[in-house]
Amino acid sequence: MLLMVFSVLAQAETPNVLHRGLGPEPDTLDPQRAQGLSAQILLRDTHEGLTREDAEGRIVPGAAASWEVSGDGLIWRFQLRPGLRWADGRALTSADIVATLRRAVDPATAAPYADALRLIDGADAILKGSALPDTLGAAAEGGSVVLRLVRPRPDLPARLALPIAMPNRLDGQGRPIGTGPYRLREQRPHSHLDLERNPHHWNAAAVPIERVRWHITEDAGIEARRFAAGELHLTQTVPPGRRDQLAARYGDALRIAPAYGTFFIGLNLRRPPFKDAPALREALSLAIDRERLVRSITGLGEAPATHLLPPGLGGEPPDWAGWSTERRLAVARQRYADAGYGPDRPLTLELRFNTSLVHRRTLLAVALMWEEALGVRTRLRNEEWKVFVATRRAGVVTQAFRGGWNADLADPLDFLQLYESQSGLNYSGHVDAAYDALVDAARHGLDPALRLVQVRAAEARLMQTHALIPLYFYTTRRLVSPLLEPPVLNPLDRQPSASLRFREVSR
Amino acid sequence: MSWPLLLATRLVRALLTLAVLAAVALALLRAAPGGPFDQERLAAPEVQAELARRYGLDQPFHRQYLDYVAGAIRGDFGPSYHYVDRDVGSLIADGLAVTLPLAGISLVLSLILATALSGLAVSAGASVDRLVRGTASVSAALPKFALAPLLVLLFAVTLQWLPAAGMTAGWRSWVLPVLSLTLPQAALLTRVFRALWLQALTDDAVQAAALRGLSRARLIGVHALRLALPRSVGALVPVAIALFTGSAVVETVYALPGLGRLLVAAAQNRDYTLTLGLVLTVGAIVLTISLLADLLLRVLEPRMRR
Repeated sequence: MLLMVFSVLAQAETPNVLHRGLGPEPDTLDPQRAQGLSAQILLRDTHEGLTREDAEGRIVPGAAASWEVSGDGLIWRFQLRPGLRWADGRALTSADIVATLRRAVDPATAAPYADALRLIDGADAILKGSALPDTLGAAAEGGSVVLRLVRPRPDLPARLALPIAMPNRLDGQGRPIGTGPYRLREQRPHSHLDLERNPHHWNAAAVPIERVRWHITEDAGIEARRFAAGELHLTQTVPPGRRDQLAARYGDALRIAPAYGTFFIGLNLRRPPFKDAPALREALSLAIDRERLVRSITGLGEAPATHLLPPGLGGEPPDWAGWSTERRLAVARQRYADAGYGPDRPLTLELRFNTSLVHRRTLLAVALMWEEALGVRTRLRNEEWKVFVATRRAGVVTQAFRGGWNADLADPLDFLQLYESQSGLNYSGHVDAAYDALVDAARHGLDPALRLVQVRAAEARLMQTHALIPLYFYTTRRLVSPLLEPPVLNPLDRQPSASLRFREVSR
Repeated sequence: MSWPLLLATRLVRALLTLAVLAAVALALLRAAPGGPFDQERLAAPEVQAELARRYGLDQPFHRQYLDYVAGAIRGDFGPSYHYVDRDVGSLIADGLAVTLPLAGISLVLSLILATALSGLAVSAGASVDRLVRGTASVSAALPKFALAPLLVLLFAVTLQWLPAAGMTAGWRSWVLPVLSLTLPQAALLTRVFRALWLQALTDDAVQAAALRGLSRARLIGVHALRLALPRSVGALVPVAIALFTGSAVVETVYALPGLGRLLVAAAQNRDYTLTLGLVLTVGAIVLTISLLADLLLRVLEPRMRR
């Protein structure tokens, strides 16, 4: 650490290039076709939709200066800023934005995130191939873009900040041109991407750092070493380890903040032993000492979770969250017995996870807690990521499995959708018509107060039936060079380069 | 066998080998659980159908294989499934641009180091021999995944002389990766070369030369070398293959965009076309190296021509 500070001080000059870690090579820089996390991060620098996220992750005006919505919540009018330009200086028009949205739902584009725009009138038919893209409920009217929805959706502005809705063109060499605060200078595949400030961006004067080099960093340990060697000013993550150990090594450079993400154990509700077995599910959930888990196993500032929605999204812990350990374990044993299990007939369980050291350690600890408190015999089974997601989705052989969710949007429904019966993300096979009705009402309701009530009621239903076993809420963590002004870590774990600045160094 | 005939036979055999390799690789990829478009957030069903159609995944196996081979013959290895803007040919060319120079430099350095050290070991007395053997054993035993991070900690993090990773610092970016590749291979070769020297020194012809009163340096440098050289080609083949097919470990530690790392990513992403292209590239490299070794042996060892 000292060495690092010295080397940093030796440079004693404000750098003009920001070096930051990205993660794996982005799958593409085409915002409509991008799927991987690193592409989604990078595109927020080079591209911009009608709306965007600010440094804190809030939705703020992007290409649109303002917007208004009709009383029935169906017609949205986005007023574009005057004089908008692409990164190459060409004028950006409302027709360009409409063309972007049409391309996003055109089946020929095969956009992985096309579902995010299905709320626009006509999108569903276009995606299914029964209507042409120009029938989409999106129109350019002078300096405005008018969108027509099927049903009211207060989350439309948040969705329009996603890369899928960001305008994109290709230059003569097939390189993407966006409208974001930065533009691509050079891409060296699997090595780095160089960005420079986009002089045509409407807010270019407020972008502090002139140039950014995003380094491809596939491994957190290697990324941290590059940071320690002074090659990176900002990392995407930190290697697994305990907070005190990492803090000893990196000092103030280690920054940790809560994230909109939940780690939980999912349960296959379609088959035994968890089908129609709320008592057993409750027993397993109550038998876990989450405080111990986050203190001794994960150790990076995670908060223990007793419910699905991370703090800040309106969720509420169940009553038992405040119980003493003795009471919690006593009830767990009682429920275990109620479910028909005991020393003579112990539960044998398979707990499946995607290969990762942190997951193995966490779930091993859970298995030990189950064994200690109830006598459950757990077999841990790991699978490579692609295999794991396929097995988990199929729901044929799974019993208990690693669940986890990091929000795309700062919206409780982003989590609640995981348990909607028709959701493609419902790996548990959860079916509850009342739950579906609550989530649906919250999704389309125009009254924020009522929406919060519905969100809480939906979450409470999930937790009352113990449809999942929450373990902890994720944190966002980075190593930040002392040369940078300390950034605000936002719970969506995205740090737009335009929100970063170097400290002024007096010479 | 005459040279043109030999080359023609080897070429035909190589092409057949690659065709079989492609069929086996494609079958294994298709049989492996998890597909290229399996993601946590699955795309809409319509989008998945479009992707399957576009990439021919809805076709029967033999159709896919024949289409692939037909494309490969034209030099078209198809689009990457994962890096959707890129075609496989250009991705592999990018990988080769890193792996080939890296491997070439490491091979030459390994050879120089191994020749010098093994020569030293057999000519400079027992204590030097023990030292060289000991060092070589330790270096050969030290796995690359341990050696490379140790070098980074020493030279990049602590001393800050060289970059920890990446390719953005010119020649300085190459020093640690080349060292990480060279040291274990040089150690391996040193031990093999030393054994070959000693074997050659006990050869009747060399012994006879020794009786004629030739100096030890001349014995080793001329007579023993002539005997040891052809045999060392055999030892070089696995080393060259290991280097030229790209080391996923070294490339990952140093974040170098070479073949090894690309292959690991392609397999993990179930990027069928890219994996297949890389498997064929690696296959072609292996075949080329063994062909070159055979040809070299024919030059060095006239008896083989009979």
